[in-house]
Amino acid sequence: MAAKTIISRPIYGTLSPQPGRHHLFIADAEGALAITDMAGKAPSGFFDGAEIDFIPGPENRHLAALEALKPAQLHVAPSFASLLPRLKQTLTNAHMGLRLYLAGTEGLIGQAMQVALEAGMDHTSMQTEHRGSLARRMQCVHCKGITENVTTQPALCAHCGLLLLVRDHYSRRLAAFQGVCINAEDRSENPPMEEAFP
Amino acid sequence: MGITFRKETFRDDYTFRNSPEHIRRFPFPFNEDAYMYAVNIEPHVVGPKGSVLENLIDVDEHYVAEMQDRALVLAEDPLRCQSLPHMTLAGWDLLELLMEQQALGYPEHFTLERDGDRWRWINRPLGIDDTFTFGDTSTLPYGPMEYITRQSQGDFCILDQRDGNLWMDAGMVTTQADWSLDFDIGMNFFEWHAPVPLAHEKGIFTRALKFLTNIQQGKPARRLNWTMTINPRLDTSPENYHKWGPDRATVTPENVGEKVHLRVELQSFWRLPRSNAIVFPIRCYLIKMDELVTQPKWARRLHRVIRDLPEELATYKGLTRYRPTLVEWLSKLDDGSPTSPGFGPD
Repeated sequence: MAAKTIISRPIYGTLSPQPGRHHLFIADAEGALAITDMAGKAPSGFFDGAEIDFIPGPENRHLAALEALKPAQLHVAPSFASLLPRLKQTLTNAHMGLRLYLAGTEGLIGQAMQVALEAGMDHTSMQTEHRGSLARRMQCVHCKGITENVTTQPALCAHCGLLLLVRDHYSRRLAAFQGVCINAEDRSENPPMEEAFP
Repeated sequence: MGITFRKETFRDDYTFRNSPEHIRRFPFPFNEDAYMYAVNIEPHVVGPKGSVLENLIDVDEHYVAEMQDRALVLAEDPLRCQSLPHMTLAGWDLLELLMEQQALGYPEHFTLERDGDRWRWINRPLGIDDTFTFGDTSTLPYGPMEYITRQSQGDFCILDQRDGNLWMDAGMVTTQADWSLDFDIGMNFFEWHAPVPLAHEKGIFTRALKFLTNIQQGKPARRLNWTMTINPRLDTSPENYHKWGPDRATVTPENVGEKVHLRVELQSFWRLPRSNAIVFPIRCYLIKMDELVTQPKWARRLHRVIRDLPEELATYKGLTRYRPTLVEWLSKLDDGSPTSPGFGPD
């Protein structure tokens, strides 16, 4: 689990079944296990009103476990980008009382939350659970480019190539951690890259 | 009479200077020989003639040059000025406040004429004479916040108040001490202050938020904050850190007096009447060490403050690389004699 550091850094919980009839789950990779763990606590018939949008990821596991829950809808997407149009449509048409559950990597939770915030949902009303990789989504403060799946500290910006300190400072609006040039004061300093967010 | 506006730059050849009168009025931020965070908020009321508090919105000899520098920053990076969609009304509130205050304090330079919603704004230093309809954005060349803050010294953050918190939902930020509006926009009070060390644990932000959410219209408040900047550069944004950061490695015993600047922010907090938002002007004052130490009390006190600053604060303020050189230089101006109470020079 991610360690608590500074106040802007998100804190994730454990999914728990919420009252209501309409439930939307968005998960990637090991996020599926957060859903199956929660299912044990859910009342019977809970998944009759549930949609699960799942991005299995490269290892392509856990799909059978989600199918076994027999949700009203199980949609499998190859990437978050491919899920995005459907997710926007679902949230735009959602009625009051839709319950949102986000589980998996920080990048998935953050990006799904970003779409839900734009649709007018309050972030405190969403259930979140972090599972799997600690990889971070990072915005370069200099060129504004987003680098996905950052696992090292420091990390290279995939856009402008600056060597960036990956801060804990996090923007929900951007769904990204902030990256700031680590050797701006003396470019000859090259701190070693270490695997920090495996 | 009126102000003689200096022709000067805050980049490249760095010709920024303070006149002797402006050195004396510099808002020196230390009222004792040590510094630690405090909720140092007080009512923003008019202060002595000749001080930066003579008017509640201060216009000084750097006005024209600062506005030129802001225009350069915005041309390079328009993201320094942003306003979330629900903040337009607060922008009009701010336009009214700044036009009223500048016209009130400096009638020889600014004039505001009002005939119902039909307003005429004359800004003589910048050669502007515009007539527009208050509340109708199509009658201005920019949105109301951008229009007036292109004509007002200092950065401006507009904070929406809801859910018992303040949200950074609009701003014009081109002279900032290393924080990014583009990253922080939309955050609440605790979130955008998250990177500040020590102060959360001391409960500073909880108390400050309580105070700020209770600010009433017509009763603004203020506080001072400070850091240091190498060269008189207004745009010390994180966006451009890779461009100005190397300056920190250029400080030598020979150039401390010319290169190292104390950077003081006069922050004020105002309730806006229509939107119920808070506007938070952050007015930046720069003074090079050579100018500052013309006041012996300030030289002695600054030496003691910088020498004894806790390491976390020195790191957060970015002083680490040149602090020893600066302390050594200042120590020669500190004979160890006591300093008088209060901020002002002797």
